[in-house]
Amino acid sequence: MLNLLLKGGRVVDPQVELDQVADVLIKDGLIAEVGVDLDTAGCEVLDCTGRVVVPGLVDLHVHLREPGREDLETIRTGARAAARGGFSAVCAMPNTVSPIDSGAKVRFIVERAAADAIVRVHPIGACTTGQKGESLAEIGDMLAEGAVAFSDDGRGVQSAGMTRRVMDYAKAFETTIISHCEDESLAASGVVNEGAVSTSMGLAGQPAIAEEVIVARDIMLAELTGCRLHLAHLSSAGSAELVRQAKARGIRVSAEVTPHHLFLDENAFAGRYDTYLKMNPPLRTANDREALVAALLDGTIDCVATDHAPHGLHEKEREFELAPFGITGLETAVPLVVTNLVATEKMSWSQFARALAIAPRAALGLVEVKMASGSDADITIIDPEAEVKVEADRFESKSVNSPFVGLTLKGRATEVIVGGRFALRSGEVVSL
Amino acid sequence: MKYVTKAVVLDSESIDRSLTRIAHEILESTKGASTIGVVGILTRGARLASRLTERIEQIEGVKVPTGSLDISFYRDDVGVRLNPEVHRTEIPFQVQDRDIILVDDVLFTGRTIRAAMDAIMDYGRPKTIRLAVLVDRGHRELPIRADFVGKNVPSSSLEQVKVFLEEVDGRDAVEILGLAEGGQ
Amino acid sequence: MLSCKHITTVQDMTAEDIAKILDTAESFIEVSERTIKKLPTLRGRTIINLFLEPSTRTRTSFEIAAKRLSADAINMTGSASATVKGESLRDTAKTLSAMACDLVVVRHAYAGAAQILAECMDSHVVNGGDGKHQHPTQALLDLFTMRTHLGRLAGLKVGIIGDIAHSRVAGSLIPALRLMGASVVVVAPPTLMPSRPDVLGAEVSYSLDEVLPDLDVAYMLRIQSERSDRMPFPSLREYARFYGLNSARLASMKPEAIVMHPGPINRGVEISSAVADSPRAVILDQVTAGVAVRMAVMYLLLGGVDVESAS
Repeated sequence: MLNLLLKGGRVVDPQVELDQVADVLIKDGLIAEVGVDLDTAGCEVLDCTGRVVVPGLVDLHVHLREPGREDLETIRTGARAAARGGFSAVCAMPNTVSPIDSGAKVRFIVERAAADAIVRVHPIGACTTGQKGESLAEIGDMLAEGAVAFSDDGRGVQSAGMTRRVMDYAKAFETTIISHCEDESLAASGVVNEGAVSTSMGLAGQPAIAEEVIVARDIMLAELTGCRLHLAHLSSAGSAELVRQAKARGIRVSAEVTPHHLFLDENAFAGRYDTYLKMNPPLRTANDREALVAALLDGTIDCVATDHAPHGLHEKEREFELAPFGITGLETAVPLVVTNLVATEKMSWSQFARALAIAPRAALGLVEVKMASGSDADITIIDPEAEVKVEADRFESKSVNSPFVGLTLKGRATEVIVGGRFALRSGEVVSL
Repeated sequence: MKYVTKAVVLDSESIDRSLTRIAHEILESTKGASTIGVVGILTRGARLASRLTERIEQIEGVKVPTGSLDISFYRDDVGVRLNPEVHRTEIPFQVQDRDIILVDDVLFTGRTIRAAMDAIMDYGRPKTIRLAVLVDRGHRELPIRADFVGKNVPSSSLEQVKVFLEEVDGRDAVEILGLAEGGQ
Repeated sequence: MLSCKHITTVQDMTAEDIAKILDTAESFIEVSERTIKKLPTLRGRTIINLFLEPSTRTRTSFEIAAKRLSADAINMTGSASATVKGESLRDTAKTLSAMACDLVVVRHAYAGAAQILAECMDSHVVNGGDGKHQHPTQALLDLFTMRTHLGRLAGLKVGIIGDIAHSRVAGSLIPALRLMGASVVVVAPPTLMPSRPDVLGAEVSYSLDEVLPDLDVAYMLRIQSERSDRMPFPSLREYARFYGLNSARLASMKPEAIVMHPGPINRGVEISSAVADSPRAVILDQVTAGVAVRMAVMYLLLGGVDVESAS
């Protein structure tokens, strides 16, 4: 493999207190050297002038649909979408048609990813068998086969007793439990946020409290058990506040927020039954949205994760109450964050790297990637000025259920390097 | 388009005389008032019907039943245009076997009268329907004629013939209106 | 004509539109009183009643309205669950559109169904009730009935009592009354309230006895008795005791105040038999108004542009 020199980019990595124009030398899949005016001899040189070079981004919350719904997405297409979006790694949630709840199923994902995926794909295993919330899944077995965390995402474990059992058991393995926070007795049949929109549109509402009571419960159980807890897709001001308090008390908890909860709120409906705005948790109020942005910027919420949820056109074209929850996100996350937060100077590039690269790895205890000698060469290069038109027929994902289609955004990944090899180059996904 | 008055065809007194004459003609044709029912087409035809009924009552000394008819729902061009306002039809007597005097202000294409006859038929089977109009301006598009006419007013189809009544417009007159010079 | 092409919600209409519909309906009431209750007005026009949720009353009312205007009225019934498993609502809409129908009345178990139809059809769409969202022609017939009995809408104080949270009737009636200058108070136990009644434009009370003396109209909503688990109140008996309209409560109302109900009524629950049968209850007038108002809606949607009648 030829040595690769990333020349003249703005290299940003708060882990090594770096934010300056520098060169990055990549050798044998590792970062060999980071410095100014490195020797180009014997290197393939990539001019990174005007680009931002950060540790490879990680989306720790995606649904790749394989095995079971390969019509919507596969590990191959999901990984290509990730590369296009600027991610060098994704964590695949276990709620496939048949949930990933055994070592054998985890091994399937690992092997399929090795064969098909252009970026790293880390499987997340189920907490409970069949994600039914009734009995412990084989957490140890799944860890041994390559699972990086455990979650009953899609539903959440309803029983507090069962949740405690999961956390108690998982603690021994030093792994992370990811909570989908939704009390089903409170969320009931809600399809939008309970409040102005549910009332005026005649739709059953899902109150923020349905999320918040579980956020509070799981934080308390994490404190009790000492298990590392990560809270998925927080959607309300109240949830953010609970995390803030938990962190102040020193509890081992991390949290994520999706781009859609950061940049959309229930006002987006404007009376239209737009199923591309139907997600779980639902879009909440402008006040919630602002609180989530503030919590991300002050570090209360650690990471941005997409909850990439591919669905078929025909499924989303149904009546609102019948359409499935969720939208795709891998290919729009970076442009949305850059446009709304970085370009507006609310977020620094260091914070960007923390939220999309450093914190996700820390939350799940993945191998650290630093812009320093000896680290895996997982790198994302971003053109902060590039204009991005979000077009459905340009998606690498098999599905197009994104409410952001039609927007013109600013900032995109031009290169993604995974273990020293290009996954994305000049904005195009590289063939395996 | 702006219309201006080109000629006054009838003034207040001549309208009055026309109605009196029509009242006499009606009584002659029906041999008395006992079988008559007067139905005016809303809006101005209904006002003329009331005046006509009063005349007949003065002459004969008997009560003559009167009603008003809105033909909006019977028009043959509902899909193209609508009357901006519809009014309630009030025919407070049995139409069945009566001699109906249908009253309108201006007889033009005949389409309104066709609609009005259909409407009346929906209330019962009259013995006869006769038509009384204040002005007949020609340009018929259907085989319809008036039995009693206040005045025949030959007019161009570009002109409007407009009846003004005290009860609606604050004055009595029939005028020919034409497009203002240079207007359109 | 109206300012809107479809009536999917009350908000599609202006106050002028509503006034015009009510005025036009006056004339159609007269038609209902005749021996020959038929007008040639919409001859040759096709109106499809697409009822994907069981409803005899509303469907019959629309059907009579269409037939009295001489339109060809075709009923298509089915259940929403059938459309889930089989043809999608969008495909049904496109199929009907290809049959060149002029107006579709849609009743559906899910909110937004009328909007879906309006988006993928050329014809006019009238919402005959979509899920727990709206039922705009019910609101129109209620306004008509109130105006007939009380002579005005502006300034009226209307109490809507019952399951506000799950009522498409309330969902349409509240904004319609507000648009016409009336004020609305919704009365129910908190478990039957939507989370934000203020966005519909209503005040909230939990006490029927407190609000009754101020009301010009007591509008009683039907209480669903079929529900099993997690009932929003302990029993029908307890509901009737606190929120049912009985003779004693009727006596506390203004002498000219009227009692309304969208039907079908649950005697002994939200309304006592004596009140339902009293002359103060105008429930059957609402049914009569329903046909006239729906005729007016069809006439004004399918008719052409407004012109002064040609002499």
